[in-house]
Amino acid sequence: MKIYLFLAAMWGLIIMGGGIAVLVLGPISVSGLGEYDRVAGSALQAAAALLLVVLWIFILARVKNYVFRSDVRWDKT
Amino acid sequence: MTELLHVILSCATAFGVVYAATPLLARFLESRGMTVPDGHKRKKIMVAMPGGPALIAGVIASELVLYMFAPSVMILSVLITTVAAFAIGLADDRRSMSGWFKPVALAAAAVPILLLGAYDTDLAFPIFGDVHIPVLYVGLVIFMIIITGNTANSIDVLNGVLSGFMGIAGLVLAVCLVIVNNYEVAAAALPLAAVSFAYYKYHRLQSRIFPGDSGALTLGAMYGALAIVGGVEVIAAVIILPAILNSFLFLSSTRRIVEFRKTPVPVVMTDEEDVRLRSTNDRLAPVTLVRLILAAGPLSESQVARRIFCLGLFSGALGIITAAMTGANP
Repeated sequence: MKIYLFLAAMWGLIIMGGGIAVLVLGPISVSGLGEYDRVAGSALQAAAALLLVVLWIFILARVKNYVFRSDVRWDKT
Repeated sequence: MTELLHVILSCATAFGVVYAATPLLARFLESRGMTVPDGHKRKKIMVAMPGGPALIAGVIASELVLYMFAPSVMILSVLITTVAAFAIGLADDRRSMSGWFKPVALAAAAVPILLLGAYDTDLAFPIFGDVHIPVLYVGLVIFMIIITGNTANSIDVLNGVLSGFMGIAGLVLAVCLVIVNNYEVAAAALPLAAVSFAYYKYHRLQSRIFPGDSGALTLGAMYGALAIVGGVEVIAAVIILPAILNSFLFLSSTRRIVEFRKTPVPVVMTDEEDVRLRSTNDRLAPVTLVRLILAAGPLSESQVARRIFCLGLFSGALGIITAAMTGANP
């Protein structure tokens, strides 16, 4: 049952993450750099996307530790 | 009506080729001594490996049938990427490579999709709509093939699990593609389900043939390529959430990219006459989906496989809901 709960949590995080991605990544654009506008905009998008993925993994790891804390013990070192 | 006949013919080809070729391949491999021990049995049972060549034969034949009736760059890119992933898997089957080999090589397998331009640079999310990421999407294409290839490989843990799980995922992906009005890629996705289900007959308990890395990467990379050319990346990720969870658990417990077979075993056999599986007490062993399933108590191999299929059906239902929330493409 806990695994189903965790899958549902993963799904919810994907939906929420999608919303944030659309709201954050979509409007990112750079102007004033001439021919480098597109590259700079994409680099900013990539940095923001990377940050979102790291945040997603961080939250998921916390949820995982909370949901499965009593089920499996492993060496975290 | 004619298109439907093409789809049926393609699926029948996929199923028929794998159904006929797999036992022949198993006999050939056995005659050449290309067998490996089945790890979760008390008696030493040797099983033929790899079954990837039978799977790729089914994929090639069925996608060529579709391509013959309706030539499309999408089908072509799916086919080339899948064949490349198969070749990478076969190299790993023949000679075990380092943990980094597959991710790096799979990145190269994604290149045909980029070269053929068989993708849209908008990433579709449910409820919130699309986000236009022209350059970032190139990275996403590569990332997607690496992730789906490796997650499929990581779920190949017990008899029948990979083929059964990918059969469910392929079928649900085709349904989702129909929901978003992408009939062309839906038709190309159905052979994935057909080859998986045909292979399941020989892969389920007691396995006659293991897919090996060549089989797992074939199914995983084909799934990823279909998701990209179909523009359903997020939906596809939801459908295979149990496999992604398995990879996530493994990586977060080992904290490095390493071959599964080079880590302490997470699951051991009980001492009973009718062997069951139980979670290990070894704290250095990685956490996996099977280990979590067994945390509640020992289960037989077929019971664990059934639970993984139930998880696959659950995430498939979530995938269909996500597709409905994403909405149809105009």
